[in-house]
Amino acid sequence: MAKLHVATTINGEPMEFLCDPGQSLLDALRGTLGLTGTKEGCGTGDCGACSITLDGRLVCSCLMLAAEAEGREIATIEGMAAGEDLHPLQQKFLEMAALQCGICTPGMLIAARNLLERNPDPTETEVRFWLAGNLCRCTGYDKIVRAVMETAEEMRGAAR
Amino acid sequence: MNVISNKWIGQRTIRPDGADKVTGRAAYGADTVMPGMIWARVLRSPHAHARILRIDTSKAEALPGVKAVMTAKDVVEFPLDKSVMLGIQDMRWMCRNVMAREKALFHGHPVAAVAATTEAIAAEACALIEVEYEVLPWVIEIEDAIKPDAPILHDFIKLDGKPSNIAGKLEHKLGDVDAGFAQADVVIEREFKTRPVHQGYIESHACLVSVSPDGKATIWSSSQGQFMVRAMSAYLTGIPQSDIRAIPAEIGGGFGGKTIIYLEPLALILARKSGRPVKMIMSREEVFRASGPTSGSMSKVKIGATKDGKIVAAQGTFYLQAGALPGSPIRGAAGCAFAPYDIPNVHSLGFDVVSNRSKVAAYRAPGAPIGAYAVECVVDEIAEALKMDPLELRLKNAAKQGTKAAHGPVYPRIGFVETIEAALAHPHYKAPLGKHQGRGVASGFWFNAGGESSAQVNVTEDGNVVVTTGHPDIGGSRASTANITAELLGIDYKRVSVLIGDTATIGYSNLTGGSRVTFASAMVVTQSTEKVITTLRERAAKIWKIDPEAVTWDDGEARPAGDNAGKFPALTLAEIAAKASETGGPIGAGVQLNTAGAEGGFATHVCDVEVDLDLGIVRVLRYTSFQDVGRAIHPSYVEGQMQGGAAQGIGWALSEEYIYDKKGRVDNASFLDYRMPVCSDLPMLDTVIIEVPNPKHPQGVRGVGEVPLVPPLAAVSNAVYNALGRRFYSLPMSPPRVLEVLEGA
Ligand code: FES
Ligand code: FES
Repeated sequence: MAKLHVATTINGEPMEFLCDPGQSLLDALRGTLGLTGTKEGCGTGDCGACSITLDGRLVCSCLMLAAEAEGREIATIEGMAAGEDLHPLQQKFLEMAALQCGICTPGMLIAARNLLERNPDPTETEVRFWLAGNLCRCTGYDKIVRAVMETAEEMRGAAR
Repeated sequence: MNVISNKWIGQRTIRPDGADKVTGRAAYGADTVMPGMIWARVLRSPHAHARILRIDTSKAEALPGVKAVMTAKDVVEFPLDKSVMLGIQDMRWMCRNVMAREKALFHGHPVAAVAATTEAIAAEACALIEVEYEVLPWVIEIEDAIKPDAPILHDFIKLDGKPSNIAGKLEHKLGDVDAGFAQADVVIEREFKTRPVHQGYIESHACLVSVSPDGKATIWSSSQGQFMVRAMSAYLTGIPQSDIRAIPAEIGGGFGGKTIIYLEPLALILARKSGRPVKMIMSREEVFRASGPTSGSMSKVKIGATKDGKIVAAQGTFYLQAGALPGSPIRGAAGCAFAPYDIPNVHSLGFDVVSNRSKVAAYRAPGAPIGAYAVECVVDEIAEALKMDPLELRLKNAAKQGTKAAHGPVYPRIGFVETIEAALAHPHYKAPLGKHQGRGVASGFWFNAGGESSAQVNVTEDGNVVVTTGHPDIGGSRASTANITAELLGIDYKRVSVLIGDTATIGYSNLTGGSRVTFASAMVVTQSTEKVITTLRERAAKIWKIDPEAVTWDDGEARPAGDNAGKFPALTLAEIAAKASETGGPIGAGVQLNTAGAEGGFATHVCDVEVDLDLGIVRVLRYTSFQDVGRAIHPSYVEGQMQGGAAQGIGWALSEEYIYDKKGRVDNASFLDYRMPVCSDLPMLDTVIIEVPNPKHPQGVRGVGEVPLVPPLAAVSNAVYNALGRRFYSLPMSPPRVLEVLEGA
């Protein structure tokens, strides 16, 4: 089967890769491109571990074809920190112990950042429903929700 | 016990592995690759129960890209008549679980595996393997499996001389229950059912295995114990343990489900056959069909109490599903069920029942939630019958120091009473409830475990510290290790690095399980660090040319003491480290122990629910856990354990279950259909940490991780009763069942 050539942007960098027509974007990211920060929990769109943003929209990369990345802007966990400077959400997740095993964390962080970009002042209910597509089996979500709310507050403070 | 200065112990430090985990750098089971790596897939039985008459792999082998094929004949066989134990696992069952031998025993049971240049080719080759089956009658549920005419899974399992699906029995007796019930004014007896539930770790099982031409193997995999991976792989492949190096990947959740292995021996055999590194990852569907879950159950509990609320007798019978091969956690169910209470007459009986489901694996306090569910619901009914507050009834009967438990021990100082008192005093317990809302309480006990652990503490030449332990860190245990080391050495936490060694670089360490890691690693790390401190004092003494006894270690530096006090300027860790080679060489110490003294853990939970009468949905509105943790080395990760366990218990109580179709196949093998709580299903999960130090531990630690899953099933169930005035005797209380009960009213 002939491979397809894809030119895309990942975390601000232009990237090119070859993929099978049926290959998922998650598989291309993790396999072909070696970006294993994005996780796979199910491959069927049910856990959110593979969350990325595509042109600023939150998507499950396991439900997208790699070929669909052509000409788009992709953001993954690997691009979330700027060098040694963690994103405020990353920092808050560490301070508030919002991760235990950490396998859901990249997806949670990507989803939470996307929420705060759209809604800098979410209610607890809004956070809970926004993150309802990201399964975490370790934390019971308590510390995750608190970390997202506190980050939002701090970021609002910093923006003032 | 050490004097606790609280500089680092008890602080909410940032975990040593944290930055890697929030940036995607941390390497989990599926994240490692090797040059020349190929992929393997498993062919699984399409039948719930079938004799394997013939397997023909020739077409698969002929497919271009296929590098190796294996079946049960490549796995070391352990004869059925002789048990070979590794911990609680019997290799007779493990060798048959990783690859079906005489029979396929459940839908999804591995029958063969193929390694090929791509996963797609491996899958295609699996489909080309011809297996001739003789389909046999199957049995899924306990009530069917224990019927006299049930299809028998294993002819060699006998009860009273006849083949049976009851593979084991365990009994605890204390006092005389008949005499006890005779004294009771109120006696309540009820029957309960729970469904099997999966641990639900988000990371699927995954491994990468490489075997070099000299036969030495390296395994990268995610598990709850690299030494378990090494030992089981050795048993099942015949490779000596010294030739296997098991490297622990970061683990994406286990909850007990990764205390056994599924893929590693297959990958090892395929790697050996093909000469190529082999990678395997289970799909989520495979995880649900063929790994874990914990047992479903059928129980009967009878409790008798006097008018003034003293429980005088208790009797419990617990049937637990083992899955297709023996080994359900009857010890947890029958042993923990009545353990929170001081009851003079107890009879607790557990039965291990095989049926055509995947073999169960440990799940957080294995068996204990099942026993506690039944007992704590009956205790609730007793309280109601006596018109007593359910917490007051528990308080009146609570086990304390000196209580003799039916499962054996006489308790040392424990903190169960404190959990109940804290719950009684908490504002949650007095908060008003609205319409269709209810409050439930329940308590729980878990044994906790000690066992083997190893640690190495090394001082670097620049005066910092590297600690290596042998336990995969699932929930922040590296942070606890760093807190303890920094505390004892009197240095900044940031100067301590904590690593998890592989089987070749650190001494034997038992599983990350049994709520043992912080308990046991704190012990070996404490002893190692104390040895290092002794060395540091000796080195300072040598530099000063005084007696080591005349040197103290305070605040990260050696100070001359006694007659010499003030005679020399203090020497810091860095200064001593810099002179290490002149004063005697490298500074470091390792300790290996079989740790003991992990006393039991207790918790009491309070849960508020609201029931939607139209939709049958039960929503948890408020949840507070009270737990005696001994000493919280890192409170955030202690709370995290409490919250995670509560959430899993809420899922078990309300939504999680395995659904089988008419052919004995799992019908809901996906996260969409197997319904674990999502973020919008839960409220905040409040925690109250109670610290009654464990007298047998240097920092007072008790195990924390498993108790949190013991009370929730009953706490939620009792809350639903309080809201509706109707009791449920089976889980989950999912919307269709709630509606059924409401409509049947
Ligand atoms: S891996 Fe994509 S949603 Fe689970
Ligand atoms: S931290 Fe383990 S799944 Fe979320």
